[in-house]
Amino acid sequence: MAHAPERGAQATDGHALAGLAEQPFPAGDYPLVVVGSGPGGIQLSYSLTRLGVPHAVISADSAPGGMFRRWPFFQRLLSWTKPHAPVERGTRFYERYDWNSLVPDEDQHRAIQPRLMDGTSYFPARSEMEQNLATFARDTGIRARYDCKWTATARDQGRFILQTTSGEYRAPVVVFAIGIAQPWKPDIPGIADAAHYADTRSPETYAGKRIFIIGKEVSAFELANGLLPWAKQIVLASPRPIQLSVVTKSLVGVRARYVQPYEDHVLGGGVTVLNASIDEIARTPGGYRVRTTRSDGGGTMSFEADDVIATTGFTPPLGDLEKLGVVTSGRERIPSQTPFFESISVPDMYFAGTMTRGAQGLKKHGLPSSSGAVHGHRYNARILARHIAQKYFGIDPARPQLKRDDVLGYLLSELTHAPELWHQKSYLARSLLFDAKRGIVDDGIVPLQLFVDGAGPDGVAVAVEANPAGEIYPAIYVRKDNALSEHLLPSNPLLDFETAEHKAELSSALAPVL
Amino acid sequence: MCGMATTPSDLADQLSGLALFADVGAAELASVAHMLDERRFGDGERVIRQGVTGSAFYVILAGEATIRVDGKDFGKLGRGDFFGEISVLLGEPPVADIVAGRELHCAIIPGPALESFMLGHPKVMWRMLQSEARKLRTATRWRG
Repeated sequence: MAHAPERGAQATDGHALAGLAEQPFPAGDYPLVVVGSGPGGIQLSYSLTRLGVPHAVISADSAPGGMFRRWPFFQRLLSWTKPHAPVERGTRFYERYDWNSLVPDEDQHRAIQPRLMDGTSYFPARSEMEQNLATFARDTGIRARYDCKWTATARDQGRFILQTTSGEYRAPVVVFAIGIAQPWKPDIPGIADAAHYADTRSPETYAGKRIFIIGKEVSAFELANGLLPWAKQIVLASPRPIQLSVVTKSLVGVRARYVQPYEDHVLGGGVTVLNASIDEIARTPGGYRVRTTRSDGGGTMSFEADDVIATTGFTPPLGDLEKLGVVTSGRERIPSQTPFFESISVPDMYFAGTMTRGAQGLKKHGLPSSSGAVHGHRYNARILARHIAQKYFGIDPARPQLKRDDVLGYLLSELTHAPELWHQKSYLARSLLFDAKRGIVDDGIVPLQLFVDGAGPDGVAVAVEANPAGEIYPAIYVRKDNALSEHLLPSNPLLDFETAEHKAELSSALAPVL
Repeated sequence: MCGMATTPSDLADQLSGLALFADVGAAELASVAHMLDERRFGDGERVIRQGVTGSAFYVILAGEATIRVDGKDFGKLGRGDFFGEISVLLGEPPVADIVAGRELHCAIIPGPALESFMLGHPKVMWRMLQSEARKLRTATRWRG
């Protein structure tokens, strides 16, 4: 196979800005192509590079950062970074308190986000997040071919063929890290005349207006919150009742930062939150008329509005991938994936970044993973890099071994502090294998589903879990002779699982294998 | 394998063809479709797991699944069948694995949401009770 001149592992001595000028990775054959330069693509490229996996990165954008080069609309993130945390900044355990930095192996590249924040909020500004990602890419030498838009896909003799604005890329393995940022509207008569969240104007242009927002999820309340100082009237409507994260005790529902419009509603301040399906949106001489049917049997209602905004979500810009056979699920059309983030229907096609939501895992108690945000999918990228390195490149770094006497303390420390387990509850786990030849092997952070459903040597996987009551507790999965047992340990008011009680219960759970 | 994404209105159409939702009117069904999760499973993927807590209530929209207890197969499930309700109702781990067969596509109500869903949609609950009664009758006859 003819290789392009600059294929190969990512350089470690380059600079992202220099890379812009050099334009690496011209069209041609590569062993692996990653599409996208948002946080998912950057983290994956970093992790692949550190493992020595040769690959090219192409991106339609002109610089690193993905959706954070544009959104969120009101210019401040929803995910926090605590500059002052209970553990030392710049350590692995600090990542639990820093949801926004990418995760390197070297200490000097850790915790970039808090260095860039000005102290006015523990939610970084959009520009600070964009800078965080660009700094990581620059300092770790991640390069991409920017302004290279992927336009079409085919598969021929085991290779993917990606048509782009820079020519044709061919590779036996591809990873799409293209985000979920393509505006989507439901099929409602007249909705073409309504704006989408993505088309929202500057807030001051809504001064004195009546705003009808379709939707009651996070983005709906983000808009309503931002428009409270401007709009004369705000109505939020959708069939499903509102969910609040502080009530679901999870990331499901409207986050606390944006609850203000709801308080305005329940106190009778003028905001209306309605459970209703939207039947029709019609233009009127003065604006819009929105006809609805209440979900609670309360009949139909019509609203006059100056602006209608659909906060009905986004889908991944899949292009022709569904025609290629990629199975997707649900309204959001996210590709259905294996625990290793591979399409369940198109082998050798993987996903990174927010699209890894399509690998749903156990979803215990209905609680989803955090893969839709950086603090979740940054760890998925590490797992994916290791899987690709092992499966396609024969690169499989030796796993560390553990002494028997160290097992309990190590696992309890991981359960109390490990950022992977805290950010991806019931989804990622620390796994130890008890191998007759190699002894006790630390198999690293793995998808919990893979351990629970897989066969293999005796072992244990530990995860942090939560239940609908809001309790957070350790979960221990023991595999003995390929039979699995689950042990749920008690919670702790200080979330300290390194207690004598936890040690005794863990010891009991591990008795069959330790 | 085929299977495209579904919008809530597509999902409402699919639900309308299943016995469990046969008594639900179109407007209510449209609302129901907004409340359900959806998932497509890979061939051989486990859907619920014997002995593992935190599962959900599943309704098969398409495809098939196998009931497996202690590694032995005990039957098949197909379109319109549902499972997971006993574990959720009793608050106990499932007593069987359900393993995805070809092109399994399910609508899902998370365990913690099942009670409020059933109380909010009593006609669905009635249909579910009828199905449970039939299963109990079959089991009783088998034992007799």
